[in-house]
Amino acid sequence: MPENSAGTLAPQPAAKLKIKPPRLSGTLYRGREGMWSWVLHRITGVAIYFFLLVHILDTSIVRISPQAYNGVIDSYKQPIMGIGEFFLVVAIGYHALNGLRIILIDFWSVGARHQRLMFVIVILLWIVLIAGFAPEQIRTIVLEIQGHTSA
Amino acid sequence: MTTTIPAPRTSYTPPKRRRVNWEKWGWLYMRVSGLFLVVLIFGHLFVNLVAGNGVRAIDFAFVAGKWADPFWVVWDTLLLWLALIHGANGMRTITNDYAHNPLLRRLILLAILASTVVLLVLGTLVIYTFDPCPANAVAGSLPDFCPVK
Repeated sequence: MPENSAGTLAPQPAAKLKIKPPRLSGTLYRGREGMWSWVLHRITGVAIYFFLLVHILDTSIVRISPQAYNGVIDSYKQPIMGIGEFFLVVAIGYHALNGLRIILIDFWSVGARHQRLMFVIVILLWIVLIAGFAPEQIRTIVLEIQGHTSA
Repeated sequence: MTTTIPAPRTSYTPPKRRRVNWEKWGWLYMRVSGLFLVVLIFGHLFVNLVAGNGVRAIDFAFVAGKWADPFWVVWDTLLLWLALIHGANGMRTITNDYAHNPLLRRLILLAILASTVVLLVLGTLVIYTFDPCPANAVAGSLPDFCPVK
């Protein structure tokens, strides 16, 4: 709608009142895909962070003695940890793919315009990644349930 | 070149000090480190969880074998520093968003900073003081390249 057409010429204060408040919905991080991608990014980020803290500590045991390290790593070779690893990879997969989407939104000149399409692509690639990792990990978990330490 | 001289009776305002925009550099760090981490972490996950026998292959000898190669020493050092600072900065952002009590906020930020410094020092020391053939080892737990006792 033309705002400065000759017919609507009015004194300045009155004209100012007619200006619509800024449109809040439809900005990138408000509602819909933009917001949910951000929520998931935070949740996966926090989960990965706490795993990282534990992972640096468990790896540090390698400096105490081989037996101590092998003992801790053996506790990772349990079915429940195999399931945990699966969700860790799922979380990292989303955080990585959506992180690349954020980089494209911020640095690619038309990134923000295509953010919704890029979110769909992120989800599709995420599913492909999970589908690629799941069979091998399920095999590992099954072997652990059967009590094998090496296949 | 023209020089403008202020009117003699205008009050003196000290020149604005240009401060370092830490928030901007933090924002940029997340994106640059994120790009590196995509490669570093997927490489790490593939070699340790998928290739060979997956997590079942990991033990002391596996780590010693990897760290005998400077390539993996550099890889793991980059992973440690980039990932932990990336994660800590993310936690800092989330703390600033949700911790409304100023004292609680300061405490959480301090805890994040302290744990980050401790873990960076610890992790770096572990990588660079690592002994692949320690004297206290039980037979059979050492990599093949260690001298037989």
